[in-house]
Amino acid sequence: MNDSMDTLFLARSQFAFTSIFHFFFIPLTLGLSIFTAILETAYVRTGKEKYRQLTKFWGTLFLINFAVGVVTGIVMEFQFGMNWSQYSRFVGDIFGVPIAIETLLAFFIESTFLGLWIFGWDRLPKALHAASIWIVAFGSTMSAFWILVANSFMQSPTGYTMATGGTRPELVDIMALLLNHNVWQQFPHVLAGGIVTAGFLVIAISAWHLGKGTIEQNAFETSLKFGAIFAFIGTILVILAGHSQMQNLLKTQPMKVAAAEALWESENPASFSLFTIGDEEGLKDVFSIRVPKLLSFLAYNSFEGEVRGIKNLQKEYEKRYGPGDYIPSIVTAYWSFRFMVGGGTLMLFISLIALYKVIKESYTFSPLVRSLLFWSMPLPWIANTSGWILAEMGRQPWLVFGLLKTEQGISPATVVSSTELMISLAVFITLYAALAVTDLFLMKKYASASINSAE
Amino acid sequence: MDVQTLWFILIAFLFIGFFVLEGFDFGVGILLPFMSCNDRERRTVINTIGPFWDGNEVWLITAASGMFAAFPDWYATLFSALYLPIVIMIAALIFRGVAFEFRSKHDKPAWRNFWDWSIFWGSLIPALLWGIALANFIRGIPVDGSMNYTGGLLNLVNPYALLCGITSLLIFTLHGAIFLALKTTALLQEKAMSFARKLWAPATLLCILFMAFTRTETDLFLHLGINPGIIPVFSVLALVSVIFLLKKNAAGWAFAMTSVAIAFSTITIFMGLYPRLLVSSLNPAWNLTIYNSSASDYSLGLVSVVALIFIPVILIYQGWSYWVFRQRVTADSELEY
Repeated sequence: MNDSMDTLFLARSQFAFTSIFHFFFIPLTLGLSIFTAILETAYVRTGKEKYRQLTKFWGTLFLINFAVGVVTGIVMEFQFGMNWSQYSRFVGDIFGVPIAIETLLAFFIESTFLGLWIFGWDRLPKALHAASIWIVAFGSTMSAFWILVANSFMQSPTGYTMATGGTRPELVDIMALLLNHNVWQQFPHVLAGGIVTAGFLVIAISAWHLGKGTIEQNAFETSLKFGAIFAFIGTILVILAGHSQMQNLLKTQPMKVAAAEALWESENPASFSLFTIGDEEGLKDVFSIRVPKLLSFLAYNSFEGEVRGIKNLQKEYEKRYGPGDYIPSIVTAYWSFRFMVGGGTLMLFISLIALYKVIKESYTFSPLVRSLLFWSMPLPWIANTSGWILAEMGRQPWLVFGLLKTEQGISPATVVSSTELMISLAVFITLYAALAVTDLFLMKKYASASINSAE
Repeated sequence: MDVQTLWFILIAFLFIGFFVLEGFDFGVGILLPFMSCNDRERRTVINTIGPFWDGNEVWLITAASGMFAAFPDWYATLFSALYLPIVIMIAALIFRGVAFEFRSKHDKPAWRNFWDWSIFWGSLIPALLWGIALANFIRGIPVDGSMNYTGGLLNLVNPYALLCGITSLLIFTLHGAIFLALKTTALLQEKAMSFARKLWAPATLLCILFMAFTRTETDLFLHLGINPGIIPVFSVLALVSVIFLLKKNAAGWAFAMTSVAIAFSTITIFMGLYPRLLVSSLNPAWNLTIYNSSASDYSLGLVSVVALIFIPVILIYQGWSYWVFRQRVTADSELEY
């Protein structure tokens, strides 16, 4: 392995590791901020002490995770320049715009109003205090929007022209950047994913409390009720947005879809893979169970329609972009897609059970139902993470689709050496492992505590 | 004025915001373990910056993202050149950031102590590193014709940079001590005052020394991108005045003066640099300037509109949050943990 291969591998590993870890906390805090805001609004409107206590209880869990989300976000903000300096030079004219707007519009209000919310319980009028957490939630949502505007440019570039001399793309149409189809599918998808993540956490913890028998029965019944509605609405939205995103991908990144389906040859109508073991070298099935016509239906809402296969796309891309390997890691794309969709389907099923229980106001669960509700907690994390792995790995070998390959984006090895990368990766792994342990320790402590102790 | 110059000013402004605001909360963090051994009093010290530190840190994040949007090459060269120092700074900021939230969530003394020291190191390291980084930008670092850094880690460690690092560390600590004197009462206030008085002489001396060495070590006062005139003199005078104000117990004015000193020093540096962003020690032709490193006029114009509308809004609501928490924090009042 030569040094530039080495640095590429290390830089990619570090980016993957730090962004996946960061994204453990983002959907959760996005959803929990909205959830906490709803509870506090209920408190302001009804004046019931129960809602104030619930706000504090879920708000504490929100704060613990928000802190980790914030500090791991600093890494993301600097890492483009640190590890991906050639990428930053190449795409800064466009990518920098939403990043800068994100800090101006989102980070300032999040941080300032969160400070007001944490320390302002006795200083601010009730309604203004509740407004603060709504503003934090709004800030987090804005942050998600602008970062997805930036990411969407990498997925399917719009609104640019190549600068004279062809050295870099330059922004010429901000509306085209903002109205990128990818933004308007990815953003609702991620936002709904956040709602789902918070919803399932609330369901799991509430069910756990109700199951072990608590004097705060009523408060956790309310939590479960809110959580079940939250999770159900979120799951429906996430599936709808995901579905339309997939249809759009067929137009903008057909290779990602083909890889996610292990579809070697173009098919019309195209079949949907239930289970495939493939030969990635030979680009063929070893073993496969497929549902005929289903992929065409998912793609075009009709049992007709061609979905292009990996081999055909490879030929097409060679013609358009020159010789090279344009096939992403199929095993990664295929399985991340299945984990995401499988997780989503399970969550739809489980959120329906929770909703049914809530509607029937039956809060005594059989051990099976209680375990099911509790152990469904990790599902959103599995789906969120595999969703992002699909989005980013399925785009390979491109860093910016059609414009810049990943290997062209890293900082030159003469600037950031493999030794430096190994040191930084070791630092982040150690640090994040410690953060994870501490976060889980505190989550367990505060999630299992009684509601009053969150005061 | 062209849009590149506007962004040069905006980024200078963002750095001033960062140094003045986060400067004092770094200072408070550094003083934390020495202010008291008692948990309630330490919590009081933390709560003086509790509602603000995160908002203050966003000034840094915004400066970085502004660099990315306005001068992508500057952002790329700088962050890749300072790779390991930035990793260290990020690690420090991570510890510090979670410490504020995690500290109160468990009541074992060892736990609290650990996070207090995290706040200490998490404040001290960035306060030192920013001085070192700044000195290197103006002194020049080996950057080649394709804007890539060709030096190693050791290029960044030199006596001049260390002097600047210790200066920034001491000035931020002084700034924090005065802030504490403003926000606390009784014993804590006296202690903060006494720290401020002790820190003043070395901080001022080093600041003057730093200015003197800047004359010999850099071309900042020779090149004179824009002549800063008497601004650096004002910066030193503001710092000198602090001891007299402290003796009169006018902590508010003293805080204003350390803020002026920090702001004017930053302005001096940026004015001396203009229109350069990063000095190449290899060849003046390879300097990064606001023209050879900038984004397109369209992107710059766009982000300018957003920044010019929202920076005043940000100042208003951040100012309002300082107003909401204007009272002194005392150990006998109810503390938000």
